[in-house]
Amino acid sequence: MDGIHDLGGRHGFGPVLHPDDEPIFHSDWEKTVLVMFPAMAMAGAFNLDEFRHGMEQIPPHDYITARYYEHWIDSMIHYGVERGVFDADELERRTQYYLNNPDEELLPSSKPEMVETLKGMIASGDDYHRPNDLPAKFATGDRVTVVDGPSLGHTRRPAYVRGRTGTIATLHGSYVYPDTNAMGEGEGSEYVYTVEFSGEELWGDEGANSTVYIDLWEPYLLPA
Amino acid sequence: MTTQGPHPVSGTFPRSDEEIAARVKAMESILVEKDFIASDAIDYMSSVFENELGPHLGARATARAWFDPEFKLFLLADATAACREIDIGGIQGEEMIVLENTEDVHNVVVCTLCSCYPWPVLGLPPNWYKYPAYRSRAVRDPRGVMAEFGFDPGDDVEVKVWDSSAELRYWVLPRRPEGTEGWSEEELAALVTRDSLLGLTDASAPE
Repeated sequence: MDGIHDLGGRHGFGPVLHPDDEPIFHSDWEKTVLVMFPAMAMAGAFNLDEFRHGMEQIPPHDYITARYYEHWIDSMIHYGVERGVFDADELERRTQYYLNNPDEELLPSSKPEMVETLKGMIASGDDYHRPNDLPAKFATGDRVTVVDGPSLGHTRRPAYVRGRTGTIATLHGSYVYPDTNAMGEGEGSEYVYTVEFSGEELWGDEGANSTVYIDLWEPYLLPA
Repeated sequence: MTTQGPHPVSGTFPRSDEEIAARVKAMESILVEKDFIASDAIDYMSSVFENELGPHLGARATARAWFDPEFKLFLLADATAACREIDIGGIQGEEMIVLENTEDVHNVVVCTLCSCYPWPVLGLPPNWYKYPAYRSRAVRDPRGVMAEFGFDPGDDVEVKVWDSSAELRYWVLPRRPEGTEGWSEEELAALVTRDSLLGLTDASAPE
């Protein structure tokens, strides 16, 4: 979708404020939200691409003014309610309860098998490669133009490269295709390329002496 | 155009921390009842990110590359395998690519669409990496962003910006500072900062 999340090249967001003493977690609730991601993914509430798509659907004003992990919370509730993990009324009722009783903490709980699963997950991560029987359409050095036009669902084809022409720098193999995986249309398998764009192609004179590299899936690309 | 208004995400948020904490408790209580999560799992994973994963790991890999030319070649050819050799790797870094800064080329890493970041070498990203100012500007005005980090790569240097839009994770091998001949790996690692591993600055100069 053509949402506010697609920020590359937009003006008006001000300087990059980068405090040196930023903590890893700004509040204790951020720790819980971090771990709810694998927990809810394992519970079948969403896959990675759905999770990203959920965040893209946050209304623009909320998206740009919220704390980072609020995006996660929004997407978790969006899919959690849709997939029956949360009952919306019950969630609201409990939220009000904890708002009225802010000092009430949850009782400690234990799930040793999940700790073990997380250990393995942190050490090894996930594998997004998917086999593809077809040959890749492009090779290093080929000139390609990014498909122009709107996105109706989820995509990793940012506005700033649409319709622009670049050069294939690297072919990486075939991976889960976000555009279908986020929309309940299956993981698919598409080749991913790193594509090189000159700064001038993207930004005119402003882009002189700079180059942008971005990873794009094969269906985003047309021969130039 | 460089006129900029106030930063929209600077600490004044529409929702209070108390409101969010209450909502998260509500979510957690339901997930615990359904046996999808438990507090020991939250404590375990958050503690790994608070205490174990962080830029000191990227610094260790960088210092090894400066110290050992063969390791540097390995790191640039296959960062994932090279890092595995020194026990670095895992989630959000399943396939890592290291970009070498040279006299002529300076690399910068961003994720314009969300918050992709090489967790195994840097830990969790700071907020500024995930907020609109950095994501919007790093691809278009990388020199302006670097200036805000107090760094100027020089007009003759080509700036290469890497937008992490797929599941490949990029990070930068900064140039080895001059005046560090004969230094140990530990001494070298102390010069490598998070910002230099993202390409926003050089590694620190020796004092």
